[in-house]
Amino acid sequence: MITMEHVCKSYKVAKRNAGFGEACKALFHREYEEIRALNDVSFTIQDGEMVGYIGPNGAGKSSTIKILSGILTPDSGKCLVDGRVPWKNRIQHVGQIGVVFGQRTQLWWDVPVIDSFELLKDIYSISESTYRTNLDELTGLLNLGELLRTPARQLSLGQRMRCEIAASLLHSPRILFLDEPTIGLDAVSKLAVREFIKKQNEVHGTTVILTTHDMQDIEALTKRIILIGKGQILMDGTLEDIKQGNANIDETIAQLYRTYDI
Amino acid sequence: MKCSNLRLYIHYVSVIVRSTMQYKTSMLLMIMGQLLVSFSAFFGIYFMFQRFDSVKGYTYSEVLLCFAIVLLQFSLAEMFGRGFDLFDGIVRRGEFDRILVRPRNEILQVLGSRFEITRVGRMIQALMIFVYGILTSQVEWTFARILAVVFMLLGGCALFSGLFMIYATLCFFTLEGLEFMNVLTDGGREYGKYPIDVYGKRMLQFATVIIPYTLVQYYPLQYLLGRTESVFYIFLPLVAILFLIPCWLFWRFGVRRYKSSGS
Repeated sequence: MITMEHVCKSYKVAKRNAGFGEACKALFHREYEEIRALNDVSFTIQDGEMVGYIGPNGAGKSSTIKILSGILTPDSGKCLVDGRVPWKNRIQHVGQIGVVFGQRTQLWWDVPVIDSFELLKDIYSISESTYRTNLDELTGLLNLGELLRTPARQLSLGQRMRCEIAASLLHSPRILFLDEPTIGLDAVSKLAVREFIKKQNEVHGTTVILTTHDMQDIEALTKRIILIGKGQILMDGTLEDIKQGNANIDETIAQLYRTYDI
Repeated sequence: MKCSNLRLYIHYVSVIVRSTMQYKTSMLLMIMGQLLVSFSAFFGIYFMFQRFDSVKGYTYSEVLLCFAIVLLQFSLAEMFGRGFDLFDGIVRRGEFDRILVRPRNEILQVLGSRFEITRVGRMIQALMIFVYGILTSQVEWTFARILAVVFMLLGGCALFSGLFMIYATLCFFTLEGLEFMNVLTDGGREYGKYPIDVYGKRMLQFATVIIPYTLVQYYPLQYLLGRTESVFYIFLPLVAILFLIPCWLFWRFGVRRYKSSGS
């Protein structure tokens, strides 16, 4: 179970006007602007739930994911993931979660994918039998087969993403954070990835938290949506709640953004 | 736990070496390049001694011995601690976030992220100069002297690694203007060619109190060259390993800050 209570996080960003003179001035006296990335964020996610976490760019999505995965320490507020405080017991915590950053790779670039997997086996101290079972299952479901013997740099984006997802599930995490997992994928790969995530959730009861700008992802995968804007939770409900008549999902969300002026 | 960490590190290194070997020509050229680069430094010393017989009482082969040891220290640190040396890239590309979501010690993962096999070139070079220095200098090799060399390598590697670590930690605070750290790392190597006392007393003090270069170079060298009989000097390089403690504390401070600022 994941609970966040009144979590706040703000960043200091150095600001200055354009021009050389201003740059010199900034050397001695910097003006900081405080940006509230998260402002009193609270929500609860039950085990085995699949949640779409949406909001425009800069709304605070990544900050939330970073706090939940123990990368970032919040300024105030409480946060518990399966009874652990993520940023306090980092090593115990991250052994139980999987994180996929859609834009960044976790595979070693120049060696066959299977070499990366073997290394992850050692990093997560996965037992030989668990590793075998998980690898076989993931290879079958994600249709990895020959890909495993190809260096990551020679994979297409879709192929790579399938390997990325497999890589973050080798240690059977209880919670999976997916940050834009379908970004840049073609139709076939998108469907394959969605289908897989759905199955993973049904079969293993993995809690999935998905951030995305692709509303079809949301429609296909999640019942529950949490909408964040300007660091605040604006809405927490189901897709049906916000759908009006037959409007398509993108329009619905755009309308929602306009309503909240974010 | 310790054992599994070592195994993991070896696994990291093997993956990196496999990656490097993917580009065979590039790797060989890099090794060659590293070998040749250090030759230029060697020539610097060579031509200097064409004109002068000694520098502040040190003979040609004695200086070569000193140079070879410092070069080895530096290459070792660069080979193993390259992850810290290239840390600005790791932070910039967001690789450090990835490190933080893996259930292993951060330092182990940073060390495991890079391994510079091409530094072997520089080490071959250093070894050649070292052997030449041994053959031509009139140092009488005893067990204690060999021990001194081993300790010098250990301590020096630790010292340079510590400097790389400070550099890496600074990357948490700013990614600009970090070049000045090269004065301490590359500079330490370049100035370290000659026993530090040739630069004068002030420099000797700086290199003892602020950054303990002398502990891994000047003092044990005195014993090596038979200028002192005090066995105490053999163990001074090990004291330099303590330099890693403040570096480590600073690093921890940096990681904490990173976790609260996230950039």
